[in-house]
Amino acid sequence: MLKYLLEKEFKQFFRSRFLPKFVIVFPFVALAIFPLAVNFSIKKISLSVVDNSHSPYSGRLIQKIASSGYFRITTVAADYRQAIESVELDKADIVLEIPPRFEPELVNDRKTGVMISANTVNGMKGGLGSAYLASIMTDFSAEVRSEWIQGAGGEVIAAARIIPTFRYNPHMGYTIYMIPALMVMMLAMVCGFLPALNIVGEKEKGTMEQMNVTPVSKFQFILSKLIPFWIIGFVVLSVCFFVAWLFYGLVPTGHFSTIYLFASVFVLAFSGFGLVISNYANTIQQAMFMMFFVIITFIFLSGLYTPVTSMPDWAQSVSRISPLKYMMQVMRLVYLKGSTFHELVPQFIALSGFAVFFNGWAVWSYRKRG
Amino acid sequence: MKGIVAQNISRKFGRVEALRNVSFEVNQGELFGIIGPDGAGKTTLFRILTTLLLADSGAGEVDGFDIVKDFRKIRQRVGYMPGRFSLYQDLTVEENLKIFATVFNTTIEENYGLIRDIYEQIEPFKKRRAGALSGGMKQKLALCCALIHKPTVLFLDEPTTGVDPISRRDLWEMLVKLKKEQITILVSTPYMDEAGLCDRIALMQHGRLLKIETPAGLAKQFTDALWAVRSLSMSKLLTDLRRHPQVETCYAFGDAHHVTLKAGLLKPEELAAYLAGLGHSDIGVEPITATVEDCFMNLAANKIEL
Repeated sequence: MLKYLLEKEFKQFFRSRFLPKFVIVFPFVALAIFPLAVNFSIKKISLSVVDNSHSPYSGRLIQKIASSGYFRITTVAADYRQAIESVELDKADIVLEIPPRFEPELVNDRKTGVMISANTVNGMKGGLGSAYLASIMTDFSAEVRSEWIQGAGGEVIAAARIIPTFRYNPHMGYTIYMIPALMVMMLAMVCGFLPALNIVGEKEKGTMEQMNVTPVSKFQFILSKLIPFWIIGFVVLSVCFFVAWLFYGLVPTGHFSTIYLFASVFVLAFSGFGLVISNYANTIQQAMFMMFFVIITFIFLSGLYTPVTSMPDWAQSVSRISPLKYMMQVMRLVYLKGSTFHELVPQFIALSGFAVFFNGWAVWSYRKRG
Repeated sequence: MKGIVAQNISRKFGRVEALRNVSFEVNQGELFGIIGPDGAGKTTLFRILTTLLLADSGAGEVDGFDIVKDFRKIRQRVGYMPGRFSLYQDLTVEENLKIFATVFNTTIEENYGLIRDIYEQIEPFKKRRAGALSGGMKQKLALCCALIHKPTVLFLDEPTTGVDPISRRDLWEMLVKLKKEQITILVSTPYMDEAGLCDRIALMQHGRLLKIETPAGLAKQFTDALWAVRSLSMSKLLTDLRRHPQVETCYAFGDAHHVTLKAGLLKPEELAAYLAGLGHSDIGVEPITATVEDCFMNLAANKIEL
């Protein structure tokens, strides 16, 4: 009987206009476009320069800033007031003011200053922008100093050079960091949301009631809803692997088998979560809202965008309730670091716990309502 | 053994009492109608008897099985057709029928004889998706799906609501035929004219059964004189009739108003003269025999007073 119910589900799935396309298009769009759009390396910051010095050194500094690639000099203002105006008109994000005595101070006193004022409405952009600018300034002063020392025939002062090595993600690419986590989102949508919406849909249409007056048991009915989406979920995951390789040349350092193993536990947990919602919701609209509420909380606590360790203590403890967090850790660790099951036991225990919890809750809430 | 037994079934939804102490028995192979307006509690009663909903109090049996303890056994032997179309709209006519045959561990061929008469009418559209069928076709398909496993008890919740008159007749002909197969049928309808085709009917209102009778017995019990009264301006006629001191009740019934009188003293000609005096023309007054609807109105009016 289950076999026939499954046949019916697949028939309905392939007959719907939307779902089959969704399964293929969704991973492509999400993985191909999303990481490019959501990128935290800030480029092309608009800079307004007030050069009161008009000296060779100030010219050289401006040249250096312009050639760094991070800044676009959009306005050259006569004075600070005019520069601030351009910020107000949104033509500039940061103002760099070079004082009139920049060169004499630099040459004679060997000590000078510039003023950096940043528009920090977008804190990230303002903060990073002024940090970039400050580091260019440091470079500039080091450059000038070494010229003087050599020019004066003095000895080159030995200084400690720091050469960092970036392990696992050597270019510190944000995309590479994001993609494994996005795959988890995809899996959560397909295996958690779709079966739940499908069940609530049957409830809404009344077909569920019709099925209830047949010998089909509730267990068979629910399995017939879950199994197709589990299969589809793994198809989507595999499409994700392919897209990651195709667009970003990204292949896991670890084993696919590790990912599939964790994915199956995660999928079990998340479809349990979907079932809980399907027990409480009577219409698709209600189900959508409940899912939205919960999933957004899960995402913010998952470390998808911001590392969990940089959250306040209370948020870190709350983040333990997000199954997404553990699965994203697994994905990133296997993809980038090549972790094996042995190193991922805590995550495995956590995910299994979620699977037991959500499915237990689903059974309990179903009993209570039935 | 009875086909269906209900004993003092009550059910509340919040503060609304959907069913209050409903009791009745249906014999095996009987066509039993539950007649009542929307909101009378018909669907709630059906859902309780088909094991979809638990009663707050009371007990029930279907084919000798308890509706709470033996719900699995009941689900194997009843056919249920809900008031709202509840088949898979994205599957074809044939696929829907096949699903319901399969989940009952049978095949379409095995019980084809039972549904042949009605399935032949929708067979030309068997490749069409159920959602694209007309209202009457949908109900015919739903009846086929409810019958495909040869149930011993059939529950039909308002099978003719929203169906054209010809399909309504087809469906009722089918029910009368099914009775010959010894299938117990419980059918609900808001249409009083359909009641005459049932073996027995129960009149239902506000969650209570008002009366259980055969259609003929019900009409016989209607002892008051009953007249059908017509004139050109029917709405004015209704108020004028209700003002007449001898008129007990007056209800609008399609093309005529049905009037009952307080005592049998008034003659039809006298009423006609009274109406002519009020400026009515083309007046018709004739004694008629009571229909189920007259009985229902009569009973409902009395119950409200109680």
